[in-house]
Amino acid sequence: MSVQAWTFVLVGASFALYIALALWAKASSTRDFYVADGAVHPVVNGMATAADWMSAASFLSMAGMIAALGYGGSVYLMGWTGGYVLLALLFAPYLRRFGRFTVPAFVGDRYGSQTARVVAVLCALFVSFTYVAGQMRGVGIVFSRFLEVSIETGVWIGMAIVLFYAVLGGMKGITYTQVAQYCVLIFAYLVPAIFLALRMSGSPLPQWGMGVQPSGAPSVLERLDGLNRELGFASYTEGGGSLVDMLCVTAALMAGTAGLPHVIVRFYTVPKVRDARSSAGWALLFIALLYTTAPALAVFARTNLLESVSEQPYERLPGWFKKWETTGLIRFEDKNGDGLVQHVGDAQLNELTVDRDILVLASPEIGGLPDWVAGLVAAGGLAAALSTAAGLLLVVSTSISHDLLKGALWPSITERGELFFARASAAVAVLVAGYLGVNPPGFVAQVVAFAFGLAASSFFPTILLGVFSRRMNAAGAVSGMLAGLVFTASYIVHFKFVHPELNSAAHWWWGISPEGIGALGALVNFAVAFAVARFTPPPPAHLAELVERIRSPR
Amino acid sequence: MSKSLDDGVRRAYWRANLRYLAVLLAVWWLVSYGCGLVFAPWLNQWKLPGTGFKLGFWFAQQGSIYAFVVLIAVYVVLMARLERRLGLYEE
Repeated sequence: MSVQAWTFVLVGASFALYIALALWAKASSTRDFYVADGAVHPVVNGMATAADWMSAASFLSMAGMIAALGYGGSVYLMGWTGGYVLLALLFAPYLRRFGRFTVPAFVGDRYGSQTARVVAVLCALFVSFTYVAGQMRGVGIVFSRFLEVSIETGVWIGMAIVLFYAVLGGMKGITYTQVAQYCVLIFAYLVPAIFLALRMSGSPLPQWGMGVQPSGAPSVLERLDGLNRELGFASYTEGGGSLVDMLCVTAALMAGTAGLPHVIVRFYTVPKVRDARSSAGWALLFIALLYTTAPALAVFARTNLLESVSEQPYERLPGWFKKWETTGLIRFEDKNGDGLVQHVGDAQLNELTVDRDILVLASPEIGGLPDWVAGLVAAGGLAAALSTAAGLLLVVSTSISHDLLKGALWPSITERGELFFARASAAVAVLVAGYLGVNPPGFVAQVVAFAFGLAASSFFPTILLGVFSRRMNAAGAVSGMLAGLVFTASYIVHFKFVHPELNSAAHWWWGISPEGIGALGALVNFAVAFAVARFTPPPPAHLAELVERIRSPR
Repeated sequence: MSKSLDDGVRRAYWRANLRYLAVLLAVWWLVSYGCGLVFAPWLNQWKLPGTGFKLGFWFAQQGSIYAFVVLIAVYVVLMARLERRLGLYEE
C-alpha cells in the first residue's frame, strides 16, 4: 500500500473511533456537558488533559523549532511542562474543591463581583478563539499534505468531526475521545523517534540515545555540536539568547500554561480534591513522554539531515528530499553553481532552507521507515489538533451558556434551556473557528505569544490571589487583571502589529521579547492588585469563609 | 465546610501545606530556572556521568522535566499523608 492509502486507512479508522466514542458518551445534563458529571478517573483525566494540552504545534512544529534553536529552544520545553507543577501545587486542588464548572465562575464567585466575572469571560473567549483558529489551520495543513485535498476541505472535514462529538457529548464526549486521541498521537510520535534512535545510537530510548553511544564513540549530540560548529551555525548546546529574556519567556509560558482555561477546567471533572493533584501529575507524565522525546527527535533529525545532504551532489540526494522539495518546505538554490548542497550558518552562502514543520512530518521518510508510519504520523497530527480544538470549543461554549447567560444575563434559565444554549454556542463556535481556519487572520503565528501572555497576566495572578490571599478583594482583583491585561496586550500589539520593524532586542524593554512580556504583566497584575486592595475594604465575611472552605479538602 | 472540623486542625493543615509548597517550589525553581538557565553555562563544564550530555543543557531539555514529574508525585504523597494524619482524608 502507498503512503496515501495508509493515511486514508489510519486517519479514517481513528475518526471512526472518535465518532463511536462520542455516540457512546452522550451528555444528558449540564453537569455532564460541562464537567462529565465530575466522575472521571484521575488517570483518564490526566490522559485527556495531555491530549487537550498538546496542540498541533506541539506535535508538528516543536521538534523542528528545537532543532533550529538548539539550547535556545529549552524555554519552550521547560515552559510548557513546568506550568503543570504550578497547576498541581497552586491551582487544581482548590479549584476542584470550589467545585463549579468554569474559571470565570471561580473568579466571579470568589470576588463576589459580576465585573470580575465578565472580564474573565472576555479573557477566556479571546484566548480560546485565537488558539482554536491555529488548531483548525493545523488540521487543514495535515489534510492537504497527506491526502492531497485543499486546506479548506481539510478544515471543513475537521470541523464536522469536532462539531459532532463536542456538541453531542460535551465534556463527557470530549474526555473519552481525548483519551483515544492521546493514544494515537503518542504512538505516532514515539514510533519514528524510536526507529531513528535505534538506527543512529543503537538505543531504543530516544531520550538516552541522543547523548549516549554504546561503543563509547562520540554521541549523536556531540556529533551535532561539532557539525554545527564546522558549518558555522551557532552552538547547539549553548548560547540561545539573553538570560533575562529566556527567564521571562519560560516564566510567561509556565504561568500561561497554569492559567489557560481549557486546561484548568479539566480538573473540575475528577471526583475528589486529591484526584485533582494526582491527575495533574498523570497529565504531566503523559506530556513528558512527548516533551522529552521531542529534543531527541530534533537532535537525530538534524544530525541526519546535515550528514546526509551537506556537500552532497544535488543529483544524488535521497528520494524524500525531492518529494518535500515539491511541497516547497525544502528549498535548494545552487548559489555557487557547483552542484553540491552547501548548508551553512552564513546566510550569504547557505543554499538550503528547511521549514521547521517538516521535521516531524518527514521523519518517517528521512529515517527510511515503512509507509504505514507516515500514515500514522498524519493521524497523530490530526489527533493533536482535534483534541485541543475540542477542549477550547468547550471553554467557549461554557463561557457563553454558563457564565454569560446563566451567570449574568438570564439567571432563571432552566437546565434544559442552558444545555440547549451550551450545544448551540459550541456549534456556533465551531463555525467561527472553521471560518478563522479557512481565512486565517494575519496573526495566527503570533497567537502563541498572545494566548500565553494574556493567560499569564490575567488569570494566573487572579486565581492565585483568590486562593492564597484572604485579604484580596474585588476592587484589587479587577484592577490587577485589567492592568496586567492592558500592559501585556499593548506591549505585544506594539511590537507585533503596530511597529513590527522595531521588534528586536535593542527596542524591547529590558531586553524582554513580546513572548516573555506576560511574566512582567503578571507582576504588574500582582502589584496593582495589592496596592488597590490595601486602600479598599477587605472582602465581606462570606467570601472570607469561601476562601477557608476551598483551602480545606473537607 | 463541615462544622465539626475544628479551626486548629484546618490551620495546621494549611501551615503544613504552605511549608511543603515553599520547599517544592524552591526545588522547581532550582531545576529549571536555576540549573537549566542561570547556572547552565557554569554546569556545562561537566558532562552527565557516562554520557555526552553537557550538564546544563541536559537540565534544560531533559532533567527539569523529569524533576517536575517527581515534584508533583512527592506533593501528592505528602498531602495524602497529611490529610490522613489530620483526619481530612476523603474516603
